[in-house]
Amino acid sequence: MKTVTKPRVATASLCGCFGCHMSLLDIDDRILKLAELVDFDRCPINDIKEFSGRCAVGIIEGGCCNEENVHVLEDFRKHCDVLVGLGDCAISGGVPAMRNNLPVAEALEHAYLKAPGLWNPAGTIPADPELPLLLNRVYSCHEVVKIDAFIPGCPPPADAIWDAVFGLLTDQPVTLAYDRLKYD
Amino acid sequence: MKQALVNVVEDVCRRYGSDRSRMMDIVLAVQQRLGCVSTDAMEVIAREVNSHRVEVESVVTFYAFLSVKPRGKVIIRLCNDIVDWMKGYEDVADAMAKELGVTMGDTTSDGAITLTHTPCIGMSDQAPAALINEVVVPNLTPERARHVIRDLRRHLEPMQLVTMVGDGNNSHPLVRSMVRNNIRRRGPVHFDEFERGSGLAKALHLPAESVIAEIRASRLRGRGGAGFATGQKWEYARNAPGTKRYVLCNADEGEPGTFKDRVLLTERPDQVFEGMTIAGYALGSDTGIVYLRGEYAYLRPFLEHILEDRRQRGLLGRSVLGNSEFDFDIRIQLGGGAYVCGEETALISSCEGLRGDPKNRPPFPAQHGYNACPTIVNNVETFSAAARIMEKGAPWFASMGSERTTGTKLLSICGDCRKPGVYEVPFGITARELLELAEADNPGAMLIGGPCRQMIGPERFSGQICYDDLATGGAILIFNRARNKLEIAEHYLDFFIEESCGHCTPCRVGLVLLKRAVHKVVTGAGEPADLEYMKRLSNVIMQTSRCGLGQAAPNPVMGALQNFRSLYSDLVGVRKSGLLSTFDLSNAVADAELRVGRMSRYV
Amino acid sequence: MNHVKFTIDGMDVTGTSGQTVLKAAEAAGIYIPHLCAYKNLIPHGSCRICSVRVNGRIQAACVQTVSDGMVVENETAEVQEFRKAILDMLFVEGNHHCMYCEKSGSCEIQALAYRFGITAPQYPYLNPDRSIDLSHPDVYLDHNRCILCGRCVRASQELDNKNVFQFVSRGHKKHLQVNGEALAATSLDVTDQVTASCPGGALMKKRVGYVVPVGQRSYDRRPIGTETSQETKP
Repeated sequence: MKTVTKPRVATASLCGCFGCHMSLLDIDDRILKLAELVDFDRCPINDIKEFSGRCAVGIIEGGCCNEENVHVLEDFRKHCDVLVGLGDCAISGGVPAMRNNLPVAEALEHAYLKAPGLWNPAGTIPADPELPLLLNRVYSCHEVVKIDAFIPGCPPPADAIWDAVFGLLTDQPVTLAYDRLKYD
Repeated sequence: MKQALVNVVEDVCRRYGSDRSRMMDIVLAVQQRLGCVSTDAMEVIAREVNSHRVEVESVVTFYAFLSVKPRGKVIIRLCNDIVDWMKGYEDVADAMAKELGVTMGDTTSDGAITLTHTPCIGMSDQAPAALINEVVVPNLTPERARHVIRDLRRHLEPMQLVTMVGDGNNSHPLVRSMVRNNIRRRGPVHFDEFERGSGLAKALHLPAESVIAEIRASRLRGRGGAGFATGQKWEYARNAPGTKRYVLCNADEGEPGTFKDRVLLTERPDQVFEGMTIAGYALGSDTGIVYLRGEYAYLRPFLEHILEDRRQRGLLGRSVLGNSEFDFDIRIQLGGGAYVCGEETALISSCEGLRGDPKNRPPFPAQHGYNACPTIVNNVETFSAAARIMEKGAPWFASMGSERTTGTKLLSICGDCRKPGVYEVPFGITARELLELAEADNPGAMLIGGPCRQMIGPERFSGQICYDDLATGGAILIFNRARNKLEIAEHYLDFFIEESCGHCTPCRVGLVLLKRAVHKVVTGAGEPADLEYMKRLSNVIMQTSRCGLGQAAPNPVMGALQNFRSLYSDLVGVRKSGLLSTFDLSNAVADAELRVGRMSRYV
Repeated sequence: MNHVKFTIDGMDVTGTSGQTVLKAAEAAGIYIPHLCAYKNLIPHGSCRICSVRVNGRIQAACVQTVSDGMVVENETAEVQEFRKAILDMLFVEGNHHCMYCEKSGSCEIQALAYRFGITAPQYPYLNPDRSIDLSHPDVYLDHNRCILCGRCVRASQELDNKNVFQFVSRGHKKHLQVNGEALAATSLDVTDQVTASCPGGALMKKRVGYVVPVGQRSYDRRPIGTETSQETKP
């Protein structure tokens, strides 16, 4: 029996709601077929937290809203041959980008100091280094690193993700049929 | 609403017959009387001319010389064209700002003086120059600027700044300007003596069709830059269906580096008006309009006087030169600081009291122009040439110039040369000959025709000035070898972005995107793929834009890319994979670092 | 009525003298993508989506009148690339977030992007700071989504005999303005024809959003343009 190294796939959700990952899982039993074709590396689904080596495809949900997102995205760019922006947040910033023309200071003050129903006896904005600093606005992934392909949607339909990923693994550009190309 | 404001505005509107097509004149007058055209003033205007407040707002917010919010009693507009930069704009701007105690763009705290910058005002041969209200102050130095400001502060009367006057009609009591003509070479078409009425008298002895035939025989081509056959244009307009026809003179001269029409209007206004009158006769028109750029407002009283003088002599008005079938009069329409209004359909829009948006073509002005009537729009120099052609005959004119382009061309030469100024030369002269005439200083590049055309390097200096080779409406900018051509290209891209009317997508959005790409490259963050991107983007803009501005705006950058490619390609490098060079993490976290009170762990 | 014979992509088409390429094509069942053209309003020529190659030069089909022997190129790869580029420019110029927009699924701008197969714009987002006018009780104006097509300006003038909208400023600062301090201060009524004229989600009726289920919205099943050309695939 021939031993073939399967291409490795990694995924991450940056400033996303994980809806795109849920949509990925909506491929249902096709995940068995996927498992035959690829091995999953760093990914929230298997909870592997660090890259073990080079990956053929990296799939990114969510845009960059904080410094940690940028750090993870940079790591993905370093380790993956092809990077795919999954969903509208990765492509345009999405819902989180609604804060884009507001000063960061204002957003922080509202969230931690002024919002109704708040309980913050210290009356300060937390500065723990574990809490990543917000960027001045939400950035699309392709404003931070080079992204090679995009799958739009909020979330993209499972069939679109399947078609795109399957195509990328066989070296084809992402072409989605009319009923699978949606921005909402 | 204050009654005083209402009275002033109503008075202005009624002076122009409460005619909404006179909107430009109305808002310019209100601006002058009240220092701005406020929303209150707009409501009154809208009521008086039977329009709508938002329509008035549309016009006011289009032109740089109009404002909704109040500005200083005196506005200093310091020209920041690239030639002015070369001659010391930055130091002059600094000196003025310091002396006034403001930053560029602001008004002094007492509301008296506003300091702002403005693109080319037609004074490139005497730069750095400024407009102080309507008064032109050329040849500024930081020392002179400080002196001017101190003087101005005392009286706030710009006319009192005129300490000495220039040559020729710059010293005429109705002009009283410090501007100089700098006519370096006179030619037979424009600067020979012209006997008032001589061309017109000959024209009126012929049937109108014969006048057109004579212009056609001369093979005169439009002198504004496009070079359309003038006789042909007049014939189209004459034959187009309609009862009223119009003769419009394009005196907008906004192409940076062009100032020859200014000199023609100063020294040969009779010849220009005569050419318009001849055109009126040829077309069967009774109305001419001179669209005079707002920056040349200082010439208006003098030009009105010349027109009145012509009326007194029977050269204008009812029954011109006794011909009872031919009435013709001319009015002057002032512009408001918009380069795009040099485009003929935008000029027409402005004359109609609208925003200076170019119109859709087809239909063309010869069929459907001012007020939807057949209209010709010709350059100042074209009309001047037409008058001379009728006086001296087509064969005389056609004997000059080159085989494909007859006659002479007025050129305004400026930049790195010892003899900037106006030259009348025959078509066919080479760029190298011009460099010699103007005594160019170590020339490295020339912008022939201004930024809407391409910058050429020494390998093309043997080219000829004519419509088939090095075409120009008059502007010749000379740059020495040390000048940064990429900076020049980027400066003019900024100019086009500022002057775009904004109507169509490729120009409105595309140029902003092009600027981002250019800036990325010149700051050293570019990759080879960016140069290809700039080419593709420029191609979209040039091919799909609606008017000449968008179609030409990528030219400075594309010209630099084509003729001086190494300047760009030396700046780009292949990046290591990782964060994009345009993403600045340190800058992106700065606001949060400040508010939260800790430093980023990733920078 | 003078008949004019010309070709579109090599196909013979008969139009009438004075007719635009866009209208003649539509009458012949040929779809030329467009945005600022609307019903019989005076053509605007601003979006440039309807760019076609006419006798070698790019022109706007909504403005260009037909003439005998005219050669029009509509579905060539080059013209399609121009249209994609222009549409991408419109997307990056504003803040177009489809996921929560009430027009999604019936939006002509989005539908064109679907038709062209665009997954993401080829240009960087410009992220402008734009406002939303919620003052009017029945209609809102979201400037983030305005593509400056001028349909509302012309519809208000030509169909409603009002003058609620007009453009102010110039260049990339050009934007839509209303005839008053805010929309509520104008004579706009929800029953005006202008409220149905916006191709996207900029001018919208209130309390109507999301009424049509996903799957039944205008462009969910069939691409924009198929109403004209009766194709089932782009």
